[in-house]
Amino acid sequence: MTTPGTSTSASSKSPAAEAGSPSTEARFHYLLRLADTSLVLGQRLGEWVGHAPALEEDLALANIALDLIGQARLLLTYASELEGKGRDEDALAFLRDAPEFCNVSLVEQPNGDFGQTLVRQFLIDAWQLQLYEALSGSSDARLAEIAAKAVKETRYHLRFSSGWLVRLGDGTAESHARAQQAVDALWRFTEELLTPDALDEEMAAAGIGPSLAAIRPRWEERVAAVLQEATLKRPAAARHPWHGKRGVHTEHLGHMLAEMQHLPRTFPGVTW
Amino acid sequence: MTEVTEALAPSSHESDDGPTTEERVWRALRSVLDPEIPVLSVVELGVVRYVRFQGGRLRVGITPTYSGCPATEVIRRSIREALAQADLGDVALETVLSPPWTSEWLSAEGRRKLEAFGIAAPTTAAASNVVCPRCGSRNVERVSEFGSTPCKAHYRCSECLEPFDVFKCI
Repeated sequence: MTTPGTSTSASSKSPAAEAGSPSTEARFHYLLRLADTSLVLGQRLGEWVGHAPALEEDLALANIALDLIGQARLLLTYASELEGKGRDEDALAFLRDAPEFCNVSLVEQPNGDFGQTLVRQFLIDAWQLQLYEALSGSSDARLAEIAAKAVKETRYHLRFSSGWLVRLGDGTAESHARAQQAVDALWRFTEELLTPDALDEEMAAAGIGPSLAAIRPRWEERVAAVLQEATLKRPAAARHPWHGKRGVHTEHLGHMLAEMQHLPRTFPGVTW
Repeated sequence: MTEVTEALAPSSHESDDGPTTEERVWRALRSVLDPEIPVLSVVELGVVRYVRFQGGRLRVGITPTYSGCPATEVIRRSIREALAQADLGDVALETVLSPPWTSEWLSAEGRRKLEAFGIAAPTTAAASNVVCPRCGSRNVERVSEFGSTPCKAHYRCSECLEPFDVFKCI
């Protein structure tokens, strides 16, 4: 048995900013990238509830969505405290517009068919696992403990999505064709996951975030191995960099948020 | 889990013949059941991480099993109610994320109760096979990695043909 925890939310505040370390605003935006990526993907998976091809997969996608939304809540609560403007996790989730969301573009892409949802899930699971593993060694102690918890959940998600990718890719001619189509359609969004911008580099330099350059080969190795087992072809290098993490989104995010935010925006402060 | 991580202040103990405050707190916590697996107490589930007195106040550390487990809120409310009923209402419930919860923290008694309830206990290094809780067969197959709650997966026994839940190993 492990010794009961010695760290509490009260005692794990991040060290005060030192000279040259990232501004609170920069750290807030970095947390939003992580939180929004989990939140938007969780909302997308929630759209499957009642519609998945089998009850087991319906439950699986809902359970993954729960984990993701739980991660988003922990991250948004932390972001809210850092920002200190009285916007709590709900205000951040439900009262920001699309350009203020910092999720990577891949997760806002529509569900498409079950194959497209699972391909999207696999590509992001493989990335989130590397990301959270690295973040669990973050110099930001609170972010590190949120990430360490997420690692265990993400590992489980990746096992599920990898298994499905192989079943679909190495399944019937129809499932193979659809899975390949999804890989081809979504591949262009993967470059954003692996290409650092100024904020990613600032966080990496401060030891808060990982180096995306270090994550890239590990992600590519994992993805290549599963694609091969699934008899799917890895598309040519993605050409177009997308900028969801900087708030420049595809048109799909706004539509998704309209549904996700409808209730709290129509009835501010409503509870049940 | 029965240990506390910090000695309780002597003033928190009652007379020699009555239970100590510490014992009363743990007793109250053992009466709080997981809302989704109502045979397991939150202590047996391993979500209570510590009981301590600090700054003159009772502090109970709680860890979520999964980041998004909807039972977490219910558990917090139930713990508050149980402690209030035991006249221990002035309590700070502190969320503990590190180290992250693991199914290894499920107590031996908890594992026994799970099996009796029809849910296979999580696999461990020592017990690496899922065993059908109904007939005891190891000839089982996984239907889905995910079950009816975040902490369970869905299996089927190939001997007695019964479907059953397995407590996930994380």
